[in-house]
Amino acid sequence: METISEKENTIVEEFEIYDDWLDKYNYLIEMGKDLPMIDEKHKVKQNLITGCQSSVWLHAEYRDGRIYFFADSDAVITKGIVNLLIRVLSGQTPQAIIDADLDFIDKIGLKEHLSPTRSNGLVSMIKQMKLYALAFKTKYELKTEN
Amino acid sequence: MNFDVEKIREDFPLLQRTVYNKPLIYLDNAATNQKPRQVLQRLADYYQSENSNIHRGTHKLSIQATTAYEQARQSVARFINAPAAEQIIFTKGTTESINLVATTFGERFVEAGDEILITYMEHHSNIVPWQLMCGRRGATLRVADITQDGVLDLDDFKRKLTTKTKLVAFAHVSNTLGTINPAKELVKLAHDAGARVLIDGAQAVAHLPVDVQALDCDFYCFSAHKIYGPMGNGVLYGKKEILEELPPYQGGGEMISEVTFGKTTFNELPFRFEAGTPNVAGALGLEAALHYIQSVGAEEMHQYENELLLYATEKLSAIPGLTIYGNSPEKTGVVTFNLAGIHSYDAGTLLDKFGIAVRTGHMCTQPLTEFYGVPGFIRASFSMYNTRQEVDALADAIMRSREMLL
Repeated sequence: METISEKENTIVEEFEIYDDWLDKYNYLIEMGKDLPMIDEKHKVKQNLITGCQSSVWLHAEYRDGRIYFFADSDAVITKGIVNLLIRVLSGQTPQAIIDADLDFIDKIGLKEHLSPTRSNGLVSMIKQMKLYALAFKTKYELKTEN
Repeated sequence: MNFDVEKIREDFPLLQRTVYNKPLIYLDNAATNQKPRQVLQRLADYYQSENSNIHRGTHKLSIQATTAYEQARQSVARFINAPAAEQIIFTKGTTESINLVATTFGERFVEAGDEILITYMEHHSNIVPWQLMCGRRGATLRVADITQDGVLDLDDFKRKLTTKTKLVAFAHVSNTLGTINPAKELVKLAHDAGARVLIDGAQAVAHLPVDVQALDCDFYCFSAHKIYGPMGNGVLYGKKEILEELPPYQGGGEMISEVTFGKTTFNELPFRFEAGTPNVAGALGLEAALHYIQSVGAEEMHQYENELLLYATEKLSAIPGLTIYGNSPEKTGVVTFNLAGIHSYDAGTLLDKFGIAVRTGHMCTQPLTEFYGVPGFIRASFSMYNTRQEVDALADAIMRSREMLL
């Protein structure tokens, strides 16, 4: 399994070939469209992260020491970024997710989507992913240490 | 028509800037519009050579600043044809003006079982203060319906206007739909039913002539920053006999007549409602903005804006899959729309990248997103300095965004 920073580097390289914003956004939109749909049964209110502008559904599962994320958004550009975050964080260990700084978003020039004024649910989604990691770690890993 | 938009654009320094290496096309004027250098200069002049606290000092500077501030009040009174300058209360903006009335009018006149009537198209700032007040007083907030075209349903308005209605509050112009409400008619209906009326003029003052005496409204509010003035300053106009009956809003300096620890007596109008050091520069900036509009010619400005709105409506209507919200025959300032199959956030993000500033989201009118069953809107809003070329660029960018997103 690739580490978070290896996955981040791959994405940065993918984006490096686009110097024009139009191409970059086209790629992002395609990735939004490609995001595997979250299972309808997980598209429930308790998984909904509401932003002022767009909303995100996030579901997490813990299997064999790793966390798997499933998500969706009503806006396709938000979904593209959601897809990137899932590529990087899904399948990682709770501790690695807690420690991830996710600066690849900045490196590929999409940091503005994480600014509080955007209010697209992404900032809350990252926070929620880390909270899941913390919760799973507490539930499954600290218990076995006792 | 004697209206030279290119010459006017030269007065607005910010319009010269670029975003993402593209010329800025600023179409978020309903949120706040840009400031002419005459306003910027007035602010700088005040702080460079007149700055002083007002209504207290006996020194030269204080006297000058006080005189200037009170002259600004008179200019505002003339602008909306208020009978007297003492009926103009300076506030932070429309929101504070509405909160002031909701709090003080509520305390003085509203009791359990009474009703406040608003409309479905109100901005959150003309909903929430009334909700809070109704909660405190045990009153009920009622909402008059609108039609699919975004026009007030007059029959429903009349139905909900009863002997229990203590106050009616509505937008002169809707910030999301651009609908111009029949203000004079609504005031008459409300008065006949024995209710007082507050008009939220935030979106009206820059686009319509406003005459508070002709309207006969009891309160009228607006913000300086939506009429080419600075942020942080606004106006509450009120009828004298009502203002005099309202209890104080905030306590502090300036609003008092005499203070002992046992009892305080309050200052006269309008100072009674202006506790603390006011935003003097803001008021002077607003006055400069009003003078600027006069120098351009308010009538010519309104006519130019109406023609531009018609042009934009025509141009945008031709885009496949584009739905315009708000098709009132009486309309000004904004075109609000969505593209079929496209989220407003996605469209807004791409338009921004094309150098076009529009507003996306619920526009502080969440009930309207529910009414139309959409997560949000895209709004292009216009000022006197916008051009047909900018509208063309907007239409072009919408087409290109649409291709990318579909």
